[in-house]
Amino acid sequence: MTLSEYFSLVFNDYTLRTITLGTAVLGAICGMLGSFAVLRKQSLLGDAISHAALPGIALAFLITGAKNSNTLLIGALISGLIGTFWIRGIVKKTHLKSDTALGLILSLFFGFGMLLLTFIQKMPNANQAGLDKYLFGQAATLVESDVWLMCIVTGISLIVLLVFWKEFKLLLFDVDYTKSLGFNTRILDVLITSLIVLAIVIGLQTVGVVLMSAMLLAPAAAARQWTNSLGVMIFLAAIFGAFSGVLGTAVSASSNNLSTGPVIVLIAATFVIFSFIFSPGRGLLFREIRYWKNRNDLHLHKTLSFMYSIAKTHDDISHPHAVKILNNFQGYTKRSLKKLESREYITVNNAMWSLTQKGYNKVVNMYNQQENND
Amino acid sequence: MSEKIAITVDDLTVAYNYKPVLWDIDLVIPEGVLMAIVGPNGAGKSTLIKSILDIIKPIAGSVKIFGKPYKKQYQHVAYVPQKGSVDWDFPTTALDVVMMGTYGSLGWIKRPGQKQKKAALEALEKVGMLEFKSRQISQLSGGQQQRIFLARALVQNSSIYLMDEPFQGVDATTEKAIINILKELRKAGKTVIVVHHDLQTVPEYFDWVTFLNVKKIATGPVKDIFNDDNLTKTYGINYKVSIQQ
Repeated sequence: MTLSEYFSLVFNDYTLRTITLGTAVLGAICGMLGSFAVLRKQSLLGDAISHAALPGIALAFLITGAKNSNTLLIGALISGLIGTFWIRGIVKKTHLKSDTALGLILSLFFGFGMLLLTFIQKMPNANQAGLDKYLFGQAATLVESDVWLMCIVTGISLIVLLVFWKEFKLLLFDVDYTKSLGFNTRILDVLITSLIVLAIVIGLQTVGVVLMSAMLLAPAAAARQWTNSLGVMIFLAAIFGAFSGVLGTAVSASSNNLSTGPVIVLIAATFVIFSFIFSPGRGLLFREIRYWKNRNDLHLHKTLSFMYSIAKTHDDISHPHAVKILNNFQGYTKRSLKKLESREYITVNNAMWSLTQKGYNKVVNMYNQQENND
Repeated sequence: MSEKIAITVDDLTVAYNYKPVLWDIDLVIPEGVLMAIVGPNGAGKSTLIKSILDIIKPIAGSVKIFGKPYKKQYQHVAYVPQKGSVDWDFPTTALDVVMMGTYGSLGWIKRPGQKQKKAALEALEKVGMLEFKSRQISQLSGGQQQRIFLARALVQNSSIYLMDEPFQGVDATTEKAIINILKELRKAGKTVIVVHHDLQTVPEYFDWVTFLNVKKIATGPVKDIFNDDNLTKTYGINYKVSIQQ
């Protein structure tokens, strides 16, 4: 099946439609909540939570013997939450910093999860195959009930987000100030963390525990490049997430059922790289262009202010001077002289230059402007 | 100056990991003063402010705002945190940050409307930042960011203002502008408490002062207690040469 075949089938084929819808919704909610994680500088929390979910999945299977995804996800949710609370506990009660706590819990839980997974694989039970799809995700296994669950969680998150929009924005920007205004930051914190945990858990089947955090962070990081408004950023992150989800699933399904997680993450990463380079305000490309432009302007300004220092000794500022006297001065070239002329700062006439009123004003204001821009 | 007490701090002790930051602080701040808190680095100045605001929980002691705990009185208190305490690359505009000052009186869930926007614009004008209202906050200079924080507190229209180093990293013009606003607040009967570093300007700017170095050294009107003795006790070196009035 090629990519174009895949998309032509999406509208008719029930399974494909379910999978596509599911990954779109998942990408959207991850992008949305991921923006919060990024802005709270808790990017790694998602990574720890998703890895911490693995032993829960394995234990849920061992206890119930069922491979039903909802049962396993409840296991994932419980162990993900335990991991989150332990991280908080470690940060609060010990001198360890949060990166250490995250790293500890992440590897501890993941190690335990892998141990259980290998143990399950050695069990004489035909039913065990397929648990390893939770490592890297397999969107093809999504069924309608999974998609419904995703839609419900997304709906709840969206409502919570809209209702507490003001409070969340305040919390993200300035925690201490939020407290001083009498808001209970603990409630807000628990609310937002629970939503992130929920989003991670429902994404495990599709993206897998190993790469789930990228699904949270990549769309948000890409979205931040394009806007300076929180609302627009969250909206864009949801769109980027949805597109990564849909495209990633399409690519993986159309090429021999590759693991979905890595493909989705690679596509999300493409969004990030594109945004880092090409976004107009913050992108590397435009920054470099601005840098060169500023550099050139600086050379011009240098020349211009030197001209000013000569011209101001005369009563008439437009008194003509020989171009030759500029020779002693670095930064003067024929090109820069032409440029100054094209901006009407000077006029050049027979190897003589003279400052215009406009050029004069430019120099006088140049230093003030620099102060203003500071 | 009225006889009403704005803030009462009673036996306040705060510690991070066994190390006391504030030790048994007693403080009675009358309403309507413009007070500086001075002391060396690590003296607990910011911690004292945060303890008054109930942001940091003390291991002992209590704080009362107009005779009641902070939880019941937060609407009467406005806070200007240290500028460095937030990420200025946050995706928002200057006006939006100032609007945050209205969130407290709005309470949970309710959204700010035209009335709140008008108040925010007025505050921006007061600090001379109206023309920057739509500016992304990372594009503002340090002094402008400080003024945005001040405007955010002004919007709260509180009785008590607690400010953590509002003069840090601002130029002389901004400093004058800020102190004029603070003096205006005091004239309007507000209580203003400022963590301050520049000892030279204390007599000029403030009418009350608290010397702090883990313990409280002294508190009172500047003209009575701002002297070499207290400065030496607080900073541990002789200040006779540097502060001559």
